[in-house]
Amino acid sequence: MSFYLSLDDVPDLARGAAILGTGGGGDPLIGRLLVEECLKNGKKIEILDPTELDDDDFVISTAMMGAPTVVVEKVPAGTEAVRSLRALENHLGKTADATIPMECGGLNSMIPLVVAAEAGIPVVDGDGMGRAFPELQMETFGVYGVSGSPLAVSDENGHTCIVDTGHDNQRMETFARAVAIKMGGAAYIAEYPMSGADVKRTAIRNTVTLALNIGRTLRRAKDKHLDPLAELSAFLKDTIYGHGTVLMRGKIVDVERFVRDGFTHGSAVVESFDGIDEMRIQFRNENVIAHKNGAVVAIVPDLITIVDVDLGTPITSEALRFGQRVAVYGISTPAIMRTPEALQVFGPQAFGLHEPWVALEELSAAR
Amino acid sequence: MKIGIDVGGTNTDAVLIDGTEVLAGVKSPTMSDVALGITESLRRLQSAFPFDPTQIDAVMIGTTHFINALVEAERLAPTAAIRLGLPATSGLPPFVGWPTRITDAVKALPYMCHGGHEFDGREISPIDREEVRRAVRDAVARGARSFAISSVFSPVNPEFEQMAAEIIGIEFPELPVSLSNEIGRVGLLERENATIINAALRDLSAEVCSSLDQSLMALDINAPLFLSQNDGTLMDVDFARKYPVATFASGPTNSMRGAAYLSGIKDCIVVDVGGTTTDVGVLQSGFPREAATEIEVAGIRTNFRMPDVLSVGVGGGSRIRFDDGVTVGPDSVGYRVTEEALVFGGQTLTATDIMVAAGDTVIGDPERVKHLDRSLVYAARDEIHRRITETVDRMRTSSDLVPVIAVGGGAFLVPEQMACASEVTRPAYSGVANAIGAAIAQVGGEVDRIFAIPAGKREEVLDQAREEAIGKAIAAGAKASTVQIVEIDELPLAYLPGNASRVRIKAVGDLPTSK
Repeated sequence: MSFYLSLDDVPDLARGAAILGTGGGGDPLIGRLLVEECLKNGKKIEILDPTELDDDDFVISTAMMGAPTVVVEKVPAGTEAVRSLRALENHLGKTADATIPMECGGLNSMIPLVVAAEAGIPVVDGDGMGRAFPELQMETFGVYGVSGSPLAVSDENGHTCIVDTGHDNQRMETFARAVAIKMGGAAYIAEYPMSGADVKRTAIRNTVTLALNIGRTLRRAKDKHLDPLAELSAFLKDTIYGHGTVLMRGKIVDVERFVRDGFTHGSAVVESFDGIDEMRIQFRNENVIAHKNGAVVAIVPDLITIVDVDLGTPITSEALRFGQRVAVYGISTPAIMRTPEALQVFGPQAFGLHEPWVALEELSAAR
Repeated sequence: MKIGIDVGGTNTDAVLIDGTEVLAGVKSPTMSDVALGITESLRRLQSAFPFDPTQIDAVMIGTTHFINALVEAERLAPTAAIRLGLPATSGLPPFVGWPTRITDAVKALPYMCHGGHEFDGREISPIDREEVRRAVRDAVARGARSFAISSVFSPVNPEFEQMAAEIIGIEFPELPVSLSNEIGRVGLLERENATIINAALRDLSAEVCSSLDQSLMALDINAPLFLSQNDGTLMDVDFARKYPVATFASGPTNSMRGAAYLSGIKDCIVVDVGGTTTDVGVLQSGFPREAATEIEVAGIRTNFRMPDVLSVGVGGGSRIRFDDGVTVGPDSVGYRVTEEALVFGGQTLTATDIMVAAGDTVIGDPERVKHLDRSLVYAARDEIHRRITETVDRMRTSSDLVPVIAVGGGAFLVPEQMACASEVTRPAYSGVANAIGAAIAQVGGEVDRIFAIPAGKREEVLDQAREEAIGKAIAAGAKASTVQIVEIDELPLAYLPGNASRVRIKAVGDLPTSK
């Protein structure tokens, strides 16, 4: 079902996107404020159901790439991503009928909405990550054969670079990231130019609506004094994700962070309130694996999110602190993210992990 | 000897401390002329324990006066916010997201100009002095009386903010200027908001601070005067005049530090019961645990470092009702409890009346509540205890039982035993814990910015930052031999080359004393 986004929807969308951000993805607040400004200025944002795309529609994905810690300081002008869109359209000689998020977790849930508002085109309800991931080639679009190139990357001055690496999406990520760093650590991109048919074939469907509903579920649970995570699990059962579960409740007793290769690596240790169990979560911006008492209980691409134990509000990897009372929550990925081709691109070994992927719901059943 | 004063919304508390001993503690009503209220409380202190003014080493004041002015949107100056960062940041102008009640009160005047820096110190654009001058003149023409200047990544490079201040200093030297790099940390909108709030309070702070010295002179006290900051350390009056926002969290911070001092316990939960609310915070190593997420003050997002405090609407003046079971508050007679509560001859059934009727405390005239139905009294008492206990439980960080310290004028509402507490203590002078927290405060210095850390140089960079923090503490008045590093926080920045980390180091030391 297509619909127009209302001002009241935006906080719910931001909240749900933060859950799907799995510790990374950046703070959606900046994006949320931008979207709210667009709506307050009378602009319209249409969320288009993928089934309503024609096969020969032309769709371009838009996003921010770079350090979230830069974006909270050098907030967007709001025009950068549209510039990239226009630059890519010029380069290819055709105009986009719609845009689509490349990442529904975190800040990038919002950037395409701003593009939609400014460019007057709809946003397809779906994305290419189903969560947040750190690198541009980690897209279901790419997994199933769509080239990310050509890609346009712009800064606030209107300076634009076109990156074209043919079918090599990994190299596209490397070059685009180098440019983004020179542009100040954060830049705005238009990429994965594709047909409506490609979108329908390769996108994870209805993830904008999913994020909206996750946020709504948590808010309503809080208003009614229900357990937000129980409500979330009940909600997820009827979605393509299917399974959400609390992996642990406890207090953070250790956090370690270091930067390597331009990403924030680290781990957090959660001790259960009764002091008996211990969970270790490793992250590479986003959370990638959780061990409980030494045994794997969740592993990428399945989602691992750390939230406030009482309110269910998500906590990013950067905000983790000793003493926080948290719940560690796991969400199973949809089938499209679990094929051998998909696991090749964003499974455990793409994150340097030796453990093999085992589905979250299987690991949960085994416990 | 030191005097600690807490100027609250209702009462001004004063204490006299000699080394580790509390000699006296008094309460008097806060007056609209803050300084008069302080003089009165000092007089009452003199009566309670006659002291020789020349023996006073320092006077410390904690106050919620400025945060209250913001929350009530009163006595705020018309404020212009100039942001330097174009062409970046234009999507979210200054004041975005502010409640209209407050933008109206400050006659919000936003301006965006070129300038700002990247994370590594490169310029986003060169600053355009003529552009800034035009903005400044336009703002003043529209009635601005105070300026807030925020430049992108000014915590990394403050030069553009300083240049803008110079321009204003030439055009309008009498108008106060607040610079974001001196007020907040990385996070543009939150830092800019904090700076605008500071600017809006500059008229009020000038007025209040200039009268403070006089409040001491009335009693021949010649000692240096300090105000409490958000982190529990002290600042001198001049600093407070320039940075009134630095007082915002000092209320709850002081009450928690006072609780630590009175009880001798450094790791515990502090329950501060006032007239309308109970605030629960956590002490770790003698300092309040900070809230982890961004703080909203009066509906405005900021990044003040505030104690993590959970408030519940239960206080000494809370109205008690028995319509549908028993309800406690959230409305309260507040400071009018001494007129309206039954025990004081009033007509309103309050939490204070319940606790007197139950025999937990003696306040006013217990005869006036003897008639209350016993079962209702105990039901109300149970509900008060339950609400407080539940709030305490939510603040626990582990399954371990922790000590609970009850302070504040309504501390008698706190149960003597709690399932989650190893012990519940109500130390002597708990009613004036705020003022004690002010009196025992130390002086601090802090470094908070992004450092590029070349390979193998981490210790060297941290040493440099440590030295800088210690230097700042000494410059603020700390005795060099007492200065210690109390906090080191290092946050590596993802996606950025050159191994950039945001490093935050705090050093605190004692004020020199005559002995």
